[in-house]
Amino acid sequence: MSMKEKAHIMDKNGMQRTLARMAHEILEKNKGTRDLVIVGVRTRGAHLAERLAQTIEKIDGHKPPVGILDITLYRDDLSSIAQQPVVHKTEIDFDIQDKKVILVDDVLYTGRTVRAALDEIIDFGRPQFIQLAVFIDRGHRELPIRADYVGKNIPTSPKETVEVRLEESEGKDEVVVLESND
Amino acid sequence: MTKNTAWTKKDLLGLKELTREELELLLNTAESFKEVISREVKKVPTLRGKTVVNLFYEPSTRTRVSFEIAAKRLSADVINIATESSSVRKGETLIDTGKNIEALKVDIIVMRHNCSGAALMLAKNLRASVINAGDGWHEHPTQALLDMFTLKERLGRIEGLKVSIVGDIAHSRVARSNIWGLTKLGAQVTICAPALLIPPGIEKTGVRVTSDIDEALADADAVNVLRMQFERDAENAFPRQLEYFKNFGITTERLKGAKKNILVMHPGPINRGIEISSEVADGSNSVILEQVTNGIAVRMSCLFLVSGANENIKKVGRLTSLPVNRLKRP
Amino acid sequence: MRILIKNGRVIDPANKIDAVLDILVEDGRISKVARDIKSDPCDLIDAKDRIVMPGLVDMHVHLREPGREDKETVASGTRAALHGGVTSVLAMPNTTPAMDSAENIRLLRDIIKKTACCHVFIAGAITRGREGRELADLASMKKEGIVAITDDGSSPDAEDVILDAMTRAGKENIPVICHSEDKAYVNQGVMNLGFISTQLGLRGISNESEYKRVARDIQVAQKTGAAVHIAHISCRESVELVAAAKSKGLRVSAEATPHHFTLCDEELAGYDTNLKMNPPLRSRDDVAAIIRGLADGTIDAIASDHAPHTENEKEIEFDRAEFGVIGLETELAVSITELVEKNILSWSELAKRLAYNPARILGIKKGTLSVGSDADIIIVDSTREWKVAQETFVSKSKNSAFLGRTLRGVVEYTICCGKVAYRR
Repeated sequence: MSMKEKAHIMDKNGMQRTLARMAHEILEKNKGTRDLVIVGVRTRGAHLAERLAQTIEKIDGHKPPVGILDITLYRDDLSSIAQQPVVHKTEIDFDIQDKKVILVDDVLYTGRTVRAALDEIIDFGRPQFIQLAVFIDRGHRELPIRADYVGKNIPTSPKETVEVRLEESEGKDEVVVLESND
Repeated sequence: MTKNTAWTKKDLLGLKELTREELELLLNTAESFKEVISREVKKVPTLRGKTVVNLFYEPSTRTRVSFEIAAKRLSADVINIATESSSVRKGETLIDTGKNIEALKVDIIVMRHNCSGAALMLAKNLRASVINAGDGWHEHPTQALLDMFTLKERLGRIEGLKVSIVGDIAHSRVARSNIWGLTKLGAQVTICAPALLIPPGIEKTGVRVTSDIDEALADADAVNVLRMQFERDAENAFPRQLEYFKNFGITTERLKGAKKNILVMHPGPINRGIEISSEVADGSNSVILEQVTNGIAVRMSCLFLVSGANENIKKVGRLTSLPVNRLKRP
Repeated sequence: MRILIKNGRVIDPANKIDAVLDILVEDGRISKVARDIKSDPCDLIDAKDRIVMPGLVDMHVHLREPGREDKETVASGTRAALHGGVTSVLAMPNTTPAMDSAENIRLLRDIIKKTACCHVFIAGAITRGREGRELADLASMKKEGIVAITDDGSSPDAEDVILDAMTRAGKENIPVICHSEDKAYVNQGVMNLGFISTQLGLRGISNESEYKRVARDIQVAQKTGAAVHIAHISCRESVELVAAAKSKGLRVSAEATPHHFTLCDEELAGYDTNLKMNPPLRSRDDVAAIIRGLADGTIDAIASDHAPHTENEKEIEFDRAEFGVIGLETELAVSITELVEKNILSWSELAKRLAYNPARILGIKKGTLSVGSDADIIIVDSTREWKVAQETFVSKSKNSAFLGRTLRGVVEYTICCGKVAYRR
């Protein structure tokens, strides 16, 4: 399936502003960084988690610990593994017991990734609560899941894809909407 | 690590047939599972609803338990079938047994069998995945993978390592799988055994062959000490255990001629005082118990990858292994 | 009853014929071989662009009857023979009971009389029960018509036994067919000993197990003056021993099977039990030696060692599967594909290996197209290709080493005793 770029949604500056706003919202809602930990879903969610933590540090002077989740082993579709076979480590080097966990991902779509991530986090311990931060919410949920912090809502059709590109992984910061050619 | 490698085989039968990339994928995936088994909750839901049968025609506690734990850590259901196989043919054939197990809607059969080639035969006749847990003298892929995993974890690489394998090479599936795997990943392998226990043509695999244990140890980064099975053929080949220990046993004295940090490995169960001294087995060079732990991670990796591939094969509706015995493998 | 075969390329090494000729068959015999025969035949066969040669004489066949009729019978085995262009077979004596007495041979002769579709000659056992100890009664078996003796499947280990046997066989002028195998070197092996057995983790059978026994059998032949035929020769050293014996003028002959001159142990990588036989498929080097031996005449005959086994005995673990493969229906095509097509043997030389020489070794009047001889003739389309599959076999058993291979050469007619016994 080939994809073509349909719309350019955000550039580097726009993304920085959005991350700053999300950081403020997180700090406001949780009244600071006390017990706050940030966990990103591999791969882009993990990069965004690190950026959010750095932004929070700039505002608050204290950087919350950051962890990385690889949810491959918690997926509900084993055959998808054949397309995406490489399992990376989950790296959560801190205790999440009674912590306020901010779960970070790039795009919220069906909600299945978040479901898998929630299951995995809970296997690591019992947090005080988990809040969800997504950079883009594109709708079409298949599970009763909603985000606590949203960078931007982009209504899409199922034929479209939203791609959050990051310097860390793609070499450039931008958000684009892609459309399949068929 | 090549990013685009995907695991496409429904079975894991041996290391000879695997590419370097496939070996690396197995080992890298095992690394992630090593993290999983060090968690508080050591279990992931990946193979929930899948059934794994351990079909063991040879007594083996440790390999079976290791596979059982690996499968359970992946949330699969595990059933153990231990069959004392007699050398005389009687009762159900292996293919019939396999088909009956498959009819019970089993997804993966982990088999240990005393006949070389038995795992391939089962795999060719079934849609279920088959993992070879040791077939005759042929291969024991998961043991070699865990040996390589341990080497890589301890020494950071396999490429360029000097690894010596000491013992009854002729009758050892562990040796064969290690030779295929290690040479493919760029290690320099030396095998060391009494002349009668060196199988013909083994040097064609690219290994160095010697019957001098001190030479084998001299520049080795690791030595893999095989269990001497005097109850098998070795009895005729090398009659006295004591003599074997004297000439080939790994002792503190002997290790003085080796690198200070040489890793001492053993697939277990160890025969203290036959192929290895207690002092070495329990000493600081020994990684024997780490190997046992790593076995779980490696077997989780194998179970996980063959399940994913088979799921995909079912979806696409084609098998990579042909289902009929009489069709030859390419 | 007359059959006129027109315009075929007639190959008859006995009369040094390789030419386009007609053959007239009358009353079960060949009555004329000439150009443009005019006759009012009942049957006219147009053999233009076809090979016309003597029906094959396969001197190494296990018909399994009596005893293992589930694998093969005289009826099914001889039907398979006709399908493969074979008109005479030598039945091996390792039946149950073994062909080790006049009484048992009468039993088999009776079965042959009632059910055989082609000529079946009988080999008697060397020793009682083929156990290698007590000699079977050669004189009385000879009276019942045996044409050779062999303990095929095993070889008498005791030198005095084989010495006695060959002495008597020499006196009776009966050839001794040697299954030259010293079990002491076999070591429970299931395939050739070498790098491939090392890779597969299977027990290997060394070349010594064969050639040491070939050496002994030749030595005893020299001592006794008996005519000795080395069966299913598989390795280089054996070929060399036979060549040396022949150069000394000893009465030694040898045969090779199509699988031994075509396949090597490397084919075993998939543990295909249809490649398990005894002697085993040897190394590439050995296969080359067998081919050289066939080319230079050291190896006189090609024989199938047709050894049928049921599916139950083959579709099991390699270690446990029976030794042996069927071959009656593929030997001609494999020989054409591997020897004639590759210019190793001419058609005349091929007819010698497959018909004339085995008949000569056994002292039977077969394997020629001479006027007056039995009309055992085959007509072969030597260019047609076919794929070997289970369903192509007439034999009760399907354990062929050549399944899945494409071969060249199809038998169109098999004429046995002047009658069209098989027609494609």
